[in-house]
Amino acid sequence: MISDRRKFILNTARAVGITAIGGFVWSAYVEEAIASPLTLRPPGALVEDDFLKACIKCGLCVEACPYDTLLLSKPGDNKPLGTPYFVPRDIPCYMCPDIPCVPVCPTGALDESSVTTDGELDINIAEMGVAVVDAHSCIAFWGIQCDACYRACPLLGEAIKIEYSQNKRTGKHAYRIPVIDADACTGCGLCEKACVTEKAAVAILPTQVALGKVGDYYIKGWDKEDEKRLENAHEIKSTTDISKRSAMDSLNDSEDLY
Amino acid sequence: MNTLWNNYRYLILRRLSQVGILVLYFGANAWGWNILLGNLSSSNLLGIVPLSDPYAALQMFAAGAVIAGDLLIGAIIVAFFYFLVGGRAFCSWVCPINMVTDFAGWLRSKLEVGKMQAKQPASRNIRYWVLALSLILSTMLGVAAFEFISPISMVHRGIVFGLGFGWAAVLIIFLFDLFVLKHGWCGHICPLGGFYSLVGKYSLLRVWHDKDNCTECMKCKAVCPERQVLHMVAVNSETVLSGECTNCGRCIEVCDDDALGFSLRGYAEKNLAKNKKMGENQ
Amino acid sequence: MSLSRREFLKSSAAASAAAAIGMSVPAELEAAANTAEGGWRWDKAACRFCGTGCGIMMATKNGKIVAVKGDPAAPVNRGLNCIKGYFNAKIMYGADRLTKPLLRVDANGNFDKKGKFSEVSWERAFDEMELNIKKALKVSGPEGVGVFASGQYTIMEGYAAQKVMKAGFRSNAIDPNARHCMASAVVGFYQTFGVDEPSGCYDDIELTDTVVSWGSNMAEMHPILWSRVTDRKLSDPERVKVISIQTYTHRTSDLADTEIIFSPNTDTALWNYVAREIVMRDDAEKIIDWNFVKKHMIFAAGPVNIGYGMRRNTDKSIKEGKYTDLEMETISKEMKTTVSAKEGPALEPFGYKEGDTMTHKGGTLGHWEISFEEYKKSLEPYTLDYTAKIVKGDPDESIESFKKKLQELANLYIEKDRKVVSFWTMGMNQHTRGTWTNTLAYNVHFMLNKQARPGSGAFSLTGQPSACGTAREVGTFTHRLPADMMVKNPKHRAIAEKKWMIPAGTLNGVGKQHIMKIHRDIEDGLIKFAWVNVCNPYQDSASATHWIKAAREMDNFIVTSDGYPGISAKVSDLILPTAMIYEKWGAYGNAERRTQHWRQQVLPVGDSMSDTWQWMELSKRFKISEVWGAYAPSGPRKKALPDVLEKAYAMGYNKDTTLFEVLFANKVATTYKLDQKDPIQTGYDNSEGYGDSRNVVGSDGKVFNGYGFFIQKYLWEEYAAFTRGHGHDLAPFNMYHKVRGLKWPVVDGKETAWRFNAKYDPYAAKATNNGETGEFAFYGTLAKALQSGTLGGKDKSSKKVSLKNKAKIFARPYMDPPEMPDAKYDTWLCTGRVLEHWHSGTMTMRVPELFRAVPEALCYMHPEDAKKKGLKQGGLAWVESRRGKVKARVETRGRNRPARGLVFVPWFDEKVFINKVCLDATCPMSKQTDFKKCAVKIYKA
Repeated sequence: MISDRRKFILNTARAVGITAIGGFVWSAYVEEAIASPLTLRPPGALVEDDFLKACIKCGLCVEACPYDTLLLSKPGDNKPLGTPYFVPRDIPCYMCPDIPCVPVCPTGALDESSVTTDGELDINIAEMGVAVVDAHSCIAFWGIQCDACYRACPLLGEAIKIEYSQNKRTGKHAYRIPVIDADACTGCGLCEKACVTEKAAVAILPTQVALGKVGDYYIKGWDKEDEKRLENAHEIKSTTDISKRSAMDSLNDSEDLY
Repeated sequence: MNTLWNNYRYLILRRLSQVGILVLYFGANAWGWNILLGNLSSSNLLGIVPLSDPYAALQMFAAGAVIAGDLLIGAIIVAFFYFLVGGRAFCSWVCPINMVTDFAGWLRSKLEVGKMQAKQPASRNIRYWVLALSLILSTMLGVAAFEFISPISMVHRGIVFGLGFGWAAVLIIFLFDLFVLKHGWCGHICPLGGFYSLVGKYSLLRVWHDKDNCTECMKCKAVCPERQVLHMVAVNSETVLSGECTNCGRCIEVCDDDALGFSLRGYAEKNLAKNKKMGENQ
Repeated sequence: MSLSRREFLKSSAAASAAAAIGMSVPAELEAAANTAEGGWRWDKAACRFCGTGCGIMMATKNGKIVAVKGDPAAPVNRGLNCIKGYFNAKIMYGADRLTKPLLRVDANGNFDKKGKFSEVSWERAFDEMELNIKKALKVSGPEGVGVFASGQYTIMEGYAAQKVMKAGFRSNAIDPNARHCMASAVVGFYQTFGVDEPSGCYDDIELTDTVVSWGSNMAEMHPILWSRVTDRKLSDPERVKVISIQTYTHRTSDLADTEIIFSPNTDTALWNYVAREIVMRDDAEKIIDWNFVKKHMIFAAGPVNIGYGMRRNTDKSIKEGKYTDLEMETISKEMKTTVSAKEGPALEPFGYKEGDTMTHKGGTLGHWEISFEEYKKSLEPYTLDYTAKIVKGDPDESIESFKKKLQELANLYIEKDRKVVSFWTMGMNQHTRGTWTNTLAYNVHFMLNKQARPGSGAFSLTGQPSACGTAREVGTFTHRLPADMMVKNPKHRAIAEKKWMIPAGTLNGVGKQHIMKIHRDIEDGLIKFAWVNVCNPYQDSASATHWIKAAREMDNFIVTSDGYPGISAKVSDLILPTAMIYEKWGAYGNAERRTQHWRQQVLPVGDSMSDTWQWMELSKRFKISEVWGAYAPSGPRKKALPDVLEKAYAMGYNKDTTLFEVLFANKVATTYKLDQKDPIQTGYDNSEGYGDSRNVVGSDGKVFNGYGFFIQKYLWEEYAAFTRGHGHDLAPFNMYHKVRGLKWPVVDGKETAWRFNAKYDPYAAKATNNGETGEFAFYGTLAKALQSGTLGGKDKSSKKVSLKNKAKIFARPYMDPPEMPDAKYDTWLCTGRVLEHWHSGTMTMRVPELFRAVPEALCYMHPEDAKKKGLKQGGLAWVESRRGKVKARVETRGRNRPARGLVFVPWFDEKVFINKVCLDATCPMSKQTDFKKCAVKIYKA
C-alpha cells in the first residue's frame, strides 16, 4: 500500500511536471505572439515592450476611433492577441486633433503626455511609425508626376517634402521626389493609403524598426538644436577585442612579438 | 408555467445577464452606445466608472507594468463587488464561456459521455497551479501571460470587436468539456475562476442548505458544476462556504423541497434555526 | 511655404545646358507602331484626360488594352505622365461598364418616365429617340432638340454631331461642356485677336524667364506642364521667377517665389493695376513699346451693365415661381444692382459711382474704339492703395507686405528683356467677368510687346483634352461653325451649306442656346428632347437641382450616351452604352493647337457603339422631308425658318432621302475606302467600317456589318477642308498617323509654333510681306471694323473703321460678382478639381488606385474658421447656399489651404454633389459659369 506521504509527494511531483511542460508551451506561445515587430500602434503608445506590459486589451481606444482605423488583434492576425493596431493601407490614422483614442486608455499604455504640447493634445508629435519610400517602385523616381503621398500628407511640406531635380533624359521636365522627414512624420499612414502603386511604394514602419540612432558622443557643430542630445551624453567606457585585457596584461604578454 | 419559471429562474436571469452585458459592449462598439464601453478586461460604465479585471491587473503588476490610477480603481471596484456577491458569480453571471461549457455539460449528460468514463482523471486544484504559473510567466515574459491565451477574453473581444480564429478556442473548450473532462475548463483549469474562487472565499452572498427539508434526491449535486462545494447536502444543515461555488443558483431552482436558498453569510444559520423553531411551534 | 522654397533652392542644381527644344529622341525609343512582339502590340494614342495633350503608347493583348506607357517621342511629355495618365489602361474596364441600351419602362415594357431601367435593343432605343425627336420638332421646332456636347468628343464625332444637329435638324441647340471651361478664353481671343486660340505654345516654358500663374493650380491640373515649369526654374533659379496668383494656397505655390492671395473676382483689378503701372510710369521710364502698340493695337471699350448671365425675370420659369425667394435674392441682381463701395471707384470712369443703381441689360459682345487717353482714364482708379485694399485675399496678411508683392509683380512684367508667360485656367475663365479678365491679360502683354514671342505671351491653358480640337476648332458650340466661322454670319452659313451639300438656307442663323440655356430651356419647357454626349451635364452644371428636377419631372425625353452610370445617366430616360476613347478611331486637339490622332485599339465592351455610329444611325431615321420644311419662330429665333425642300430636290435629293445619305453616306464619303493594304489601316479594327466580331445587333434589328467606307477619314478630311487657307490649316489624315501631333496652322507640312509672329507664322508672314511691313499681323477677322466712342458709350454717328491685322486693348473695370458673402452666408465657396480625379469622376473613381488615393471630396477650410464654426478636422459639415446644401468632411490641413473666409470643395465626387450649392451665374459675354464664387454658410452636420 502506498503511503499518504508518498502519494502526496508523487502527486506534487506530477503537478510540478505538468506545470513545467504547460508553462514551457505557454511561454513559447506568448513569446512568439508578442514578437511581432511590425505592428503599428495607436498614437501615444508606449514603446512596444512597455506597451505590451501595460495594454489590458480592453478595446476602449478602438471604440473611440471615429474612422474604424484601430483594430484589436484577433487570433489569426499574427499580432499580439487582443492589442490595438492599425493597417494604414486599409485605414490610416486620420490624425484627429483631439486624439480621442488616447485619453480613454485606462492603463496608460497610450500615454497622453507623449502627445501633449503645452498642456494641449497635439497629434502632430505622435510617433506611430515613420514612412519609408521604396525608390525602386515609387513612380515619382521614374519622372511620373505623382506625389499622391505628398498631397495626402496632413503635414505636407513638413513630413513629406518634394525634392525637385531636372530630368536630363527628357531635357525639359523635372522630377518631383517625395522625401520623408522622419522627425516630422507621425506614421499616420495617409501616404501609404494614397500610394497608387500596386503594393504601396511608401510604407509605415514602427519607428524603432525603421530608424537608426546616432551616438550622443558627436554633436553637429553647425546645428544649435543638436546640442540637446548632450543631455543624454554620459561617461564613455569602451571595450574592443584588442582592449579587453588590461594594459598590464597586454604589456606583459610579449610572446609573439618576435 | 410556474414550475418552469421556478425551475429555471436563475438560469434565465443568468443568461439574460450574460447576453445583456455582451449586447451592451457590442452596442458600444457597433452603434456607439455610451453605457458600457470596452470589454471584460477593462471598461467604462456610463462614461464615468472605470471597471477593470483585477486578475489582469495582477498579471500586469507581475509583468512589471506601471499600474495607472484608472486601472487600479477599476480593479478595486470589481474586486470589491465580487468580494461582496461571491467571486465566482462572475463565472456564472457574466462570463460568456460559461454558456459554452454549460451547454457542453448538458450535452455530455444527455449523450451519457460520463457513463463511459466514470472517474474524473484530474484535480480541481489545477486552476490554482495555472494561476500561480500565469503570474510567474507574466514576471518572466514581461507581459500579462494569461491575457495572451485567455479564451474568455478571446471570445468576449471576438464578439465585440471581431472573432478571427477565436471560434477555434471556443470549439476546443467545448469538445474538451464534452468528451475529455466534465466541467473541464471552468471547474478545473481556468485560472480566472481560480482567482475569483480566492476573491470569493469570504463573500457575503451564500447558498445555504437545510437538511431537514432535504429528501436526498441529489438533483442539486447532479446539476452543480462544482459539486464538491455541496458536500453538506443530506449531511448537515449549513452554508456553502467554498469560494469555488459560483452562486449560479442551479441547485436552488432544481430543489423541489426548499432545502437550498440564497442568503447573506451568517444570516442563513440564524434563519435556519428560526425556521426550525417556528416549524416546531406549529 | 518659405521653408519649402529654401529647400527648393538648396536642392536645385546649377543651370542645365540641356537644349530643351528640338532635343532628339534616341532611335530605339521611337515607337514602332504595328510591331507585334510577344503577343502584344504597341500603338500611339493621346492621353484621355486634360488639355496638356500628353502622348501615350497603348499595349493591347488578346483584344484588350493591358498596359500603357508615356510616349518617349511625344514632344509634350517625352514619355512621362501624371498619375491620371498613368492609369489610362484601366479607365475602360470598370466593373459597372454599361453594355446594353437601357430604357425606363413600365411593367408592360412601354416607355414610362417614372419606370425603372430595363435592357432594350439598339433598334428600340433608336425608335424611342426618333419618336421623341419628331415630337420635339413638332412642338418646339429645331430649338426643341438639344445636345449636351463635349470637349472630350473626338474631333470627328464632334463634327458628326454638329452636322446632324445643324445641317440635319437645323438646330443650334448643341453646346459643349467646354462652355464651362473655355468660353471666356474663347471670347477673350475673339475680342482681342478676332480669331480663337493661343498665339504661343508650350515651348514658351523653356524659353521664358517668368511664369505667372493666374487662377490656375497647374501643379495639380497640368502636372506635366508644371514639371516643365519646374525644370525651367531649376535651370536658372535666380533668374527665373514663378509667381502664383490665387484665391487660396495650393500646390502651385510650392514652387513660387511669390504667392499672391487675392479676394475672389478682384483679379480684374490686379491686371488693371499692372496695366496702370505700365501706363502711368511710361512717361518717366519709357515702358510701353509705342512702335508696336501704334502699329498693331487699338484701344476699345464696351458697356459694363451687362448683368451676370443668370436668368432674367422675363424667363418662363422665373414667372412660374420655380425659384425660391432665397434664390431670387441673388437672381434679382441680373436686372439691377447698386454700385458698391468696393466697385465704385473702378466704375467711376464709366459713369457710375458708389450707391448708383445699375440697370443691367443682357450680355452683349458689342464694343467700340476709344482713344488711349480714355483707356488711361479707365486705369486711374487702380492705385496701389485701392488695389491692395480690394484685392488682398488673406485677412491675416499685412497690407504692407501685400503691396510689396503687387509692386514686385508689376516690376517683373515691366522689366526690360524679361520674358514673361502668363498662364491661366478656370480661375480667370469661370468668372462673371471672365471675358474681360482674359482681355485684360493681353493688355499688359501687348503694351510691353511681350505677346506672340518665343518665351513671352499670355497663354490660356485648357482643361479638356479636346476643348480646343473639338469644341472650339470644329465649332460644336451653339454659335459656331467649323474653323472659326459663325452661325450668325450668312456668308459662313453659305460656305458650310456648300461643303455639307445641303440647300442654301438650311442652316439656322440663331445660335443662342448655350449649355446653360439648354438646361434653362428644358426647365422652361422649350427643349423636349436632349441628348448627353461624352459629358455629365447633370453633375457638372451649377444650380444642379433645377436641371435634374426639370429632366425628371417635366414632359421631355433625356438620353445619355456614356460608358458608365454617372449622374446624367441616372437622370435620363434612355441610356446608350458607348464606346470609350481607345475603342474607336479618333483625334484630340490640345491647348497648344496640337492635333493628335489614334487608331481604334480594341473592340468596345459589351454592345457599346461609338458616338459617331450613334449619330449616323440616328440620321438614318430622318428623311429630309421630315426635317427640312418650314418652321415657325421658336425660342430665341424670332424669324421663321424657310422650307428648303424644293432646293433639295433640285440638288438631286428626293423626299425619301435620309439625313444619313446626305450627311454621311454621300458620294464623297464613299470614296474613302477601307483598305487593309493601307499601312495606316492594316491590322487595326474599324468597327464603324467593317462591323466587328461581336456581331452587335444594330438599329435596324440586324447585325451591324459596317458602313463599308472609312467614315472617320471622311469626316476628318471634310472638316479639315474648312480649315485650310484660313490660318487654321490642318494636315491630311494620314500625316497625323505618322507624327506625334502637329500644331496648326500646318502649312506645307510644317507646324506653327508662334502665331501672328511673321518669323514663325506663314499667315503673318504673308500679311506683312515676309516681315517687311511689320513683325506681327493679328489677322483674325471677327469684329475687325469698329465704330468709336468713349468709356461712357459709343458715338452712334461714328463710322466703322477697319482694324485689319490689329489687335485690341480693352478698358474693363473691376466689378463685384452677383453673390458675395454676407451676414447670412458668410463664406466664399470655390470649387475645382484634384489631380487624382478627372472632372465628375466617372472614369477615375473606377480606377481602384485613384479611388483609394482620394475616395471623397473634402471641404478645405482655414482651421480658425473651422474652430469658430465649431467644426472638427475630419468631421462632417453642411455647406449650404441659397440653392442647396451638401455634406462634406472638413479638412483644415493638406493640399489646399484657404485663408479665412473661403472654402474649397472639389466637384469630382457625386456623393458630395457641390453643384447643387453652386450658382449658375455666367460671364454674360461668354456664358461660362462661375463655379469659383458663391456665398455659403457652413455648419456642423
